[in-house]
Amino acid sequence: MNAPVVSSRMNVPGAGNASSGNALELRGITKMFGALAAISDVTLSVKPGERRAVLGSNGAGKTTLFNCITGDFLPTAGLVRFFGEDVTVFPPHERIRRGLRRTYQISSLFTGLSVMDNVYLACCGVSRNRFSLVRPRPDDALVQAAEILVEAVHLTADKDRLVGELAYGQQRQLEVALALSGAPRFVLFDEPAAGLSPTERAELVTILTSLPAHIGFIIIEHDMDVALRVADSVTMMHNGRIFKEGRSDEIESDPEVQELYLGGGHAHH
Amino acid sequence: MSVADQAPRFASPVDQRMWSERIPAPWWILGLILLLLPIVANNFWLFQIMGWTFILGMIGLSLMFLAGYGGMVSLLQMSIAGLAGYMVAILGPSGAANVSLGLSWWIVLPAAFLIAALFATMCGALAVRTDGIYTIMITLAIAAAFFYFTRQNYSIFNGYSGFNLVLPPKLFGVNWRDPLPFYYLSLACAALCYGAVVYLARSPFGLALQGVRDNPRRMAALGFNVTAHRVAAYALASVFASTGGILLVWQNAQIAPGTIGISSAIDVLVVAVVGGMRRPLGPFIGAFIYVLLQVFSTDILGFFGFSADRFKLIIGIGFLAIVLFSPDGVLGLWDRWRARMAARKAATTGGGA
Repeated sequence: MNAPVVSSRMNVPGAGNASSGNALELRGITKMFGALAAISDVTLSVKPGERRAVLGSNGAGKTTLFNCITGDFLPTAGLVRFFGEDVTVFPPHERIRRGLRRTYQISSLFTGLSVMDNVYLACCGVSRNRFSLVRPRPDDALVQAAEILVEAVHLTADKDRLVGELAYGQQRQLEVALALSGAPRFVLFDEPAAGLSPTERAELVTILTSLPAHIGFIIIEHDMDVALRVADSVTMMHNGRIFKEGRSDEIESDPEVQELYLGGGHAHH
Repeated sequence: MSVADQAPRFASPVDQRMWSERIPAPWWILGLILLLLPIVANNFWLFQIMGWTFILGMIGLSLMFLAGYGGMVSLLQMSIAGLAGYMVAILGPSGAANVSLGLSWWIVLPAAFLIAALFATMCGALAVRTDGIYTIMITLAIAAAFFYFTRQNYSIFNGYSGFNLVLPPKLFGVNWRDPLPFYYLSLACAALCYGAVVYLARSPFGLALQGVRDNPRRMAALGFNVTAHRVAAYALASVFASTGGILLVWQNAQIAPGTIGISSAIDVLVVAVVGGMRRPLGPFIGAFIYVLLQVFSTDILGFFGFSADRFKLIIGIGFLAIVLFSPDGVLGLWDRWRARMAARKAATTGGGA
């Protein structure tokens, strides 16, 4: 295994300036797996409150990009800034505590715990309570925060059920709730609509569009319908590189995009 | 293994019933039996069998906390217990007056817990970076190193002979080494440790520890520092092990390297596995079986014409049988038997699934 080497700040163009006013800023992010570049030289910036969709076929490097942003992988080269702060080498939990959140493409929940316990754990993770040895009281602020989140994703009726017993669509909704715990400033949604029924998709769109305006996000989504309805702007990825960027309406009508994505090549869903 | 194996399914993180209503009837009965046992049991049973069961159970409980909730199998727990016991002998009064400092109990006891916790934290910091078999190996290595260190170091640990005449303080004018007071002392400590583990399992720390066991990557993505959580679990588990270790020194009135040898370290694992690693009651059941086998092996083995020191053979066969037939220990057998009974009852009454 080759150790990830994060390039020194000096080699990265524009790395000198402190705060650029962006929520998220990626500069020259490259991630190699052996000789294979999963993503190469990705430069991307998202403003606070901006909602960005990342589109691209399977293997375009979208999830790898997320993993580099959250710190699950260290990028082989490049720089990650979160609200002006260089977090490139921070461990994931340090980024989460700064307001970054993510969901997983494949539901990654605690199936043996109840819905409430899952959300409560997520609330503990971003509070100072995470080492508390005292059981919470019913009026505990974190319990109440968890109740509100469960309500926000329409799971109140099922809040005491074990997560393993939930329907798939409900598990996806719970994923979203976990990502909204505490005070999120920026969320990475990894295919939140995958496998959902049309009704559930509509519900998800409602949840995403009604998020407070200051919470920006990046959403990976194969469903163009969902992606274009919730996002202001779109980044197209292809073979690990950024292929095109623009406002949602521009991208939708772009002939090249039509060719690559909406045309023959889209075998997803 | 999922969190459900340990965590009872509460309506929410908060159970609103009174604490007394939350304890099921069998527990009240067990508690009553244990409280009234001295009426029928003789001193040998109270002091040797039950006292030792509680002590071994507490040390096993510290392993259960780490392994069952945290997914970390540590062979260190006997060393941690032994270190706390050694500290009581070294800092307090003992027969080895040239080594022991003879401080009074209210300094000795907190210091023993603290030093053992520091040791556990340091070892934990080393061990948590490894997984599975490597955790076992690294903790076994530390346990072995500590054993040989105590055997060769005379200035602090008094080497091969260790310490004798280590007696509990005569608090409230009671000789706590008398069978009856010692029985209640060890019972109270065991009950406190057991209750603490049950309580902690549903605290934010305990829930998060089980989360770390099941999905460390997701826990990091929720803002938890997985490494720090695991190290803290070692520190917390040391409290249970230390309680057992200090009582062990008082019960034997002595401690020597043999107390913390490799075989003792492995015995703790055997106790926890035999009883069941998934619930805090398991180690106590395992300890009871272990102690009964050890104490009565002379008679059992004599009956079949074997020598008494072959009792480990019986333990070993029992361990094999448990591991082969019930990976969750005796408690797992019990669970399955109850499930079968419930199924049979449902079938005979024509009830649904």
